[in-house]
Amino acid sequence: MTMIFGVPAAAFYGQLLLGLINGAFYALLSLGLAIIFGLLKIINFAHGAQYMLGAFAAWLLLNMLGINYWTALFLAPLIVGATGVLVERFLLRRIAHIDHIYGLLLTFGLALIIQGVFTNWFGVSGNRYAVPEALRGGMNLGFMFLPYYRAWVVVIALAVCFGVWFMIEKTKLGGYLRAGTENPALMQAFGINVPLLVTLTYGFGVALAAFAGVLAAPIYSVAPGMGANLLIVVFAVVVIGGMGSIMGAILTGLAMGIIEGLTKVYYPEASNTVIFLVMIFVLLFRPSGLFGKEA
Amino acid sequence: MSANKPNYEQLRIIDLHSFYGESHILHGIDLYVNRGELVTLLGRNGAGRSTTLKSIMNMVGRRTGSIMINGNETIRTPAHQIARLGVGYCPEERGIFASLNVEENLLLPPTVRSGGMSLEEIYDMFPNLYERRKSQGTRLSGGEQQMLAMARILRTGANMLLLDEITEGLAPVIVQKLAEVLVKLKDKGLTILLVEQNFRFAAPIADRHYLMEHGQIVEEIKKDELESKKEILNTYLGV
Repeated sequence: MTMIFGVPAAAFYGQLLLGLINGAFYALLSLGLAIIFGLLKIINFAHGAQYMLGAFAAWLLLNMLGINYWTALFLAPLIVGATGVLVERFLLRRIAHIDHIYGLLLTFGLALIIQGVFTNWFGVSGNRYAVPEALRGGMNLGFMFLPYYRAWVVVIALAVCFGVWFMIEKTKLGGYLRAGTENPALMQAFGINVPLLVTLTYGFGVALAAFAGVLAAPIYSVAPGMGANLLIVVFAVVVIGGMGSIMGAILTGLAMGIIEGLTKVYYPEASNTVIFLVMIFVLLFRPSGLFGKEA
Repeated sequence: MSANKPNYEQLRIIDLHSFYGESHILHGIDLYVNRGELVTLLGRNGAGRSTTLKSIMNMVGRRTGSIMINGNETIRTPAHQIARLGVGYCPEERGIFASLNVEENLLLPPTVRSGGMSLEEIYDMFPNLYERRKSQGTRLSGGEQQMLAMARILRTGANMLLLDEITEGLAPVIVQKLAEVLVKLKDKGLTILLVEQNFRFAAPIADRHYLMEHGQIVEEIKKDELESKKEILNTYLGV
């Protein structure tokens, strides 16, 4: 049997893939958080709940309306994103002029309410969401078995992440977002409808979370608590990467997933804490994060 | 061309009061600017000149009174719709975006009227900006940033410019260049309301001056009255 640094190759690559998948989710979620924080200056504590809503939206669409995975992949982010638009327009906008800590509290409260309601309706135990027909099974790569669905998740998540990066860094609309992040008052003076930009940006960030939720549905069980557990790690990822950097959010997400996966191979006991250890070191030596701008 | 119509009021402000939170900054401003005129707001720091420009742009906390732009009452107009009336605003701190390069900064403000300068004309007027078009906006020198902040609003087709302290902290050659630019813009028929500290810069190019003190306009001085009202200028500006 082939060994890599003293562990069987299959175990090594298996954990590497798992790490990559987790990393893809971290990247998608921290990307949404970074975009929302950039323009709204709010740490969106409802992000995990909105990720969960995406998974539940897919599950409900399938079980109530018979709408399949592929349609849900578009429809669920659209629906959940629309709820995000309403949240911004009718709740967050009312407190936008006071300390942003209130936005954090509001979204945190919102997350608790959403999770509570869903626990009440669906119970704590998860619901299974079947892997779509076309992506069942897998392929033996010789050194490991690669399930098609997991490969798909990594590829599509990365494609979406880099698509969003391109949109923000290279297009006119992205220019509005970057400029609005820096100086919204001047953008208004130039004739740009900043309140609308803010609403749509929040909706988009929420839609990204929901998209991650749909991708996650066939891998993890669709449960009301699925986002809360993940969000804590994602916050650590965001702290490590530094708030406000789009590419930083993506790369840090992936890297932390992989580090977590490899820790599982070499020292499984530390796998749940390794990201927080990295966070502590980053905070000690680069408080604004690996990709953040020094304040 | 309508720019040649005499005494067409591009801006008319009546009894404008402005507030930041609890602070009452402007105490009943009355002023007008005709189309094609270059008018300055003179006064000491804190006299309320920048706040007057910000009030026109609806960038202050609260404002009462009347601000007519091109014949439209704008006291209730949302901030993002004011530029659409043909107003270009250049803030005192210049407001160059660090996350955008020079060309992105130039292309950022949406077109508000037809007839704005093309990118070519702008690079013609400010050759430095062409050379540095791919540089990060805030990497430019102070003078270049000021040129960029001006050029940015010329592209939009705005026919009334509100310029806040554009010569502040700049070398004399740059100030000279800015004076030339302003004269060119005036020749094009643009209306300009200029907040200025540098009286020597403003005096030869402006048609009229408003003197401000404690959030009020204390004196209006026409170009040909500069000599006769020297005493008043001395009192308020110490020139």
